[in-house]
Amino acid sequence: MADLPILTVVTFLPLVGALIIFLIWEDSEVARRNVRYVALFTTIVTFLVSLGIWYRFDNAQSGFQMVEKTDWIQQGGIAYHMGVDGISMLFVILTTFLMPFCVLASWESVKNRIREYMIAFLILETLMIGVFCALDIVLFYVFFEAGLIPMFLIIGVWGGARRVYASLKFFLYTLLGSVLMLLAIMAMYWQAGTTDIPTLLAYQFPTNMQTWLWVAFFASFAVKMPMWPVHTWLPDAHVEAPTAGSVILAAILLKMGGYGFLRFSLPMFPLASADLQYFVFTLSVIAIIYTSLVALMQEDIKKLIAYSSVAHMGYVTMGIFTANIHGVQGAIFQMLAHGLVSGALFLCVGVVYDRMHTREIAAYGGLVNNMPKYAVAFLIFTMANVGLPGTAGFVGEFLTLLGAFQTNTWVAFGATTGVVLSAAYALWLYRRVVFGALDKEALKSILDLNSREKALLYPLIVLVIFFGVYPSAVFDVTQASVDNLINNYQAAIEGTVKAAQAVSN
Amino acid sequence: MDIPNLALAMPELLLAGGSMILLMIGVYSGESSTRVVTGLSVALIILAGVWLVWVPGTGEAFHGAFVMDPFARLMKILVLIGSSVAIAMSVGFARLENFDRFEYPILVVLATLGMLLMVSANDMIALYLGLELQALSLYVVAAINRDSLRSTEAGLKYFVLGALSSGMLLYGASLVYGFTGHTGFDGISAAIVDERSLGLVFGLVFILAGLAFKVSAVPFHMWTPDVYEGAPTPVTAFFAAAPKVAAMALLVRVVHGAFEPAVSDWQQIITFISIASMGLGAFAAIGQNNIKRLMAYSSIGHIGFALVGLASGSEEGVSGVVLYMIIYMAMTLGTFACILAMRRVDGMVEEINDLAGLSRTNPMLALVLTAFMFSLAGIPPLAGFWAKYFVFLAAIQAELYILSVIGVLASVVGAYYYLRIVKLIWFDEPEQGFVPMASELKIVLVGSGLFTIFYVVIAGPMSTIATAAARTFFN
Repeated sequence: MADLPILTVVTFLPLVGALIIFLIWEDSEVARRNVRYVALFTTIVTFLVSLGIWYRFDNAQSGFQMVEKTDWIQQGGIAYHMGVDGISMLFVILTTFLMPFCVLASWESVKNRIREYMIAFLILETLMIGVFCALDIVLFYVFFEAGLIPMFLIIGVWGGARRVYASLKFFLYTLLGSVLMLLAIMAMYWQAGTTDIPTLLAYQFPTNMQTWLWVAFFASFAVKMPMWPVHTWLPDAHVEAPTAGSVILAAILLKMGGYGFLRFSLPMFPLASADLQYFVFTLSVIAIIYTSLVALMQEDIKKLIAYSSVAHMGYVTMGIFTANIHGVQGAIFQMLAHGLVSGALFLCVGVVYDRMHTREIAAYGGLVNNMPKYAVAFLIFTMANVGLPGTAGFVGEFLTLLGAFQTNTWVAFGATTGVVLSAAYALWLYRRVVFGALDKEALKSILDLNSREKALLYPLIVLVIFFGVYPSAVFDVTQASVDNLINNYQAAIEGTVKAAQAVSN
Repeated sequence: MDIPNLALAMPELLLAGGSMILLMIGVYSGESSTRVVTGLSVALIILAGVWLVWVPGTGEAFHGAFVMDPFARLMKILVLIGSSVAIAMSVGFARLENFDRFEYPILVVLATLGMLLMVSANDMIALYLGLELQALSLYVVAAINRDSLRSTEAGLKYFVLGALSSGMLLYGASLVYGFTGHTGFDGISAAIVDERSLGLVFGLVFILAGLAFKVSAVPFHMWTPDVYEGAPTPVTAFFAAAPKVAAMALLVRVVHGAFEPAVSDWQQIITFISIASMGLGAFAAIGQNNIKRLMAYSSIGHIGFALVGLASGSEEGVSGVVLYMIIYMAMTLGTFACILAMRRVDGMVEEINDLAGLSRTNPMLALVLTAFMFSLAGIPPLAGFWAKYFVFLAAIQAELYILSVIGVLASVVGAYYYLRIVKLIWFDEPEQGFVPMASELKIVLVGSGLFTIFYVVIAGPMSTIATAAARTFFN
C-alpha cells in the first residue's frame, strides 16, 4: 500500500471508465443504461480511492506528500511530478466527491448522446484532478488547458439555446488568458532552470521580473476565477451549460483560478503580490458590489447564481491577497464551501428545470405548496449562499473579511456591503420561486423530489451544515501548509525591506 | 570523386534511377499501369527511407556540395514519409475521379528527389538544382488534372510566381557569390565572419525572399490558397506536407549553415515574416468556407509559428523547428485524409458546412478530425501544443518577447476557426453522411490520429530526436 502511486491512480481512474464507455459501441436502451452505470461506478470508485489520499495525508507536514516523480521531457526539463499539500488535497477530494453527483444529475436530463457525454465528463474529471495534483508547472498547464476541450463540447453539445455562442466565448476567453501564462512559465523556466513547482517555490525571482510574471499569471487566473471585468463569459457559460456542467463549472473550474493564485502568484511572486495588493482589492470589492447588484436584477435563475458566484469569488481573491493567515484560510474555506453550495444550488435549479424546462424566475412561484422537501433543501442552500452562521458559507466569508480588516478597514467595509446585497438577491430569489401563491397552471401538478434527487441533495445538506459548525475539519488539513505559505511570504517581503534599508544606509 | 561517398547519396540515387525505370514502365504500358507504378513508387520511397534509417554515415560528398548529417537524415525521413503517404492517399481518389495518370506518382518521386537534394544541399548551386527539380515537378503536378480549369489555373499561377521567386533566389545567390567569392555554405560562412558588405545583405534578403516563397510565408504566400484550392485534393495533401518540410529544412540550413555569422541580419527578417505569417494565417482563415482554402491559410499560420523557432537563432530554436515540422506533417496529412474522406454519393465535397453533424453520421472520423482541429489550434495535451511550446520556449530564451506575445495572441485568434469546424462537427444537425472511406485513408487516419492524441506519451523521445538533429549546426 505504501508504494501505491495513489495520486496517479485517482487521476487516471476516470480515464479507464471513459475507455470502457468508449468500447460500448452499440446504441440501445440497455447500452445507454450500462453507460450510465459505468460512469456512476467509476466516479464512486474514484471518490472512494481518493479518500485514501485524505487517510494517508499527514496534517502536520507543510510540504508536498505522496510525491511521485518520473522524467518526462528532458529537453524542456519537464517531469511527471505529482503530489498534494494542505492547499490542494481538499480540492482533489471536492472534485471526486462532486463527480458522482454530476453523473446522477444527468441521469435522466441528458437523453441524446449519453455515451459521448459521460466520456467527456470522465475525461474532465481526470484533467481537473490533475490540475490540483500536478507539481510540475508545465504538467499543470497541460491539465489546466486540456480541460477546455471537454467543457467546450459539454456546453456546446448539451447546452441550451445560445450554447454555440456561450461555448466559443468560454473557450476563447480562457485560452486568451492562459497563453500569456504559458509565456510566463517559459520565462520562469529560463530564469530558474526548472519547471518543478517545489523548486520554483523556493526560488527568488528578481523584483522587476516578478511583476511581469505576476501580471501574466493574473491574466489567466483572473479570467478563470473569474474576476470583474473579465467575468462576462461565466454567466453565459453557466446559463447555457447542462446542469452537471454548471455544477462542475461553479464548483471546480472556478476554483482553479483561486488555487492558481495560492500556488503560484502569492508564493512565487511575493513582492509583486504585495505591490499589486490594492489592485486586486479594488477589483475584488468592485466585483462583490457590482455583480451582487447585477444579480439582483436577473430574470434567469441560473444567471443569478452565476453572478452570485462572481461575487463570492471576489471574497476569495480579496482573502488570498490579504496574505495573512485569516484571509488565506478563509479563501480556501470559501472556495470549498462555494463548491458545495453553488454546486447544490445548480442541482436545485436542475430539479425544477427538468420538470418545467424553463429557468425564468417569473415562471415559478409557490413551489413550497407542492414541493415541501425541495423548499427546505433550497432554503438551506440559499442561506448558505447568503452566509448564515451555522452553514459553510459563513465561515469563509467571515474569515476573509477578518483578514481584509487587518489589512485595510475600507476594503473590509466595501466587501461587507456585499454580504447585505447577497442576502437581498438570494432571499428575493427564494421568495419569488418558492413562496407566494401557487397560481400558475403548469406548476399545480409539479412533483416533489424523487429518490434520485434526494440522494443528490441530502448529502450536500449534511455537509454544508457539518462544515458550518465544524470548520476545523478543513482547517486542520490546511493549517500547516498555509502557515508555511504565509511565513515564506513574510520572509520574502521583509528580506527585501532589509535589503533596501541596507542600501540606503 | 571518391566512390565511397556515393553511399551517402544512395537514397537520391535510388530515387533517380527508380523513377526512370518507372517512367519506362508507364510509357510502354500506358494508362493501365497506373496502379503498378503507384505501388512501385511507394515501395521505392520506402526503400530509400529504409536505407536512411539503417545505413548510418555522415559526411560530405561531391566536393562539399552535398552533406549528410543527423539533421539531413531526420528531415529526409520526414520528406519520404510525407511523399509516400501522399501517393498512397491518391489511390482511392484516382480510382473514383478518373485521375488515372501514371505520371502523378513518378512526378512525386522526382519532386521527392529534388527535396532530398534540397535538404542535403551545402552549396548554392546544389540548392538551386534541388529546388528547381522539386519546383518543376510540383508545377506539373498542380496542373495534372488538365481538363479542370481550376487545376490548370493553379498550376499556371504557381509556375509564374514560382519562377519569379526562383529568379530572386538566383539573383541573391549570385550577389552572395559576388561579395564573398564562394558558393559553398562553409565558404560563405567563413568569408562573412569578419566584415559584411551591404551587397551581401541584399543577397541574403533575396535568398530569404525566394525561400519564403517556397515555405509560403507572408508576404510571399499569395499562391498558396489558390493552388491548394485548385489542385486535386491528393495533390494538395502532398503540397501541404513534404515540400514544406524540405523547404523549411533548406531555410534552416541556409541561415544556420551559410549565414550563421550574420544572425543579427537575418533574425530581423525571419521575425518579420514570422509575425506576418501568423497574423495573416489567423485572420484570413476566418472567412473561408472551402476547407482546402482554410487549410492553406492554416498552413501559412503554422509556417509562421515554425519560423518563431528559427527567429531565435539558437539550438533550442532549431530543435523547435524540427519538432514543429514533424508534428505539423502528421497533423496535416491526417487532416487531408479527413478531407479526402469527404465524399458523398455524388462526388467529393469541400465546403466546411458539409461537415455539419459529422459526429452523428461518422463518429470515428469526427473524433479524429476534432483531435486534429484542437491540435492545430495548439490545445494541450495534443501534439500541436508541444510543437508550439518548444518554438516559443526558444523565442523566450532569445528574449523575443514581442514576437512571442503576438504569436500566442495569433494562436488564440486562429483557434476560432478551428473551433468553428469543431462546432460544425459536434453542435450542428447532421447532413447527408459520407460514403465509407478507402482503407488507405483509414490507415493514414489511424496513424496520424494516434500520433496526435498520444503524443504526450512519446514527447520525451521525440524531443530527444529533434535536439539531436538540431545539434548538427551547433558544434
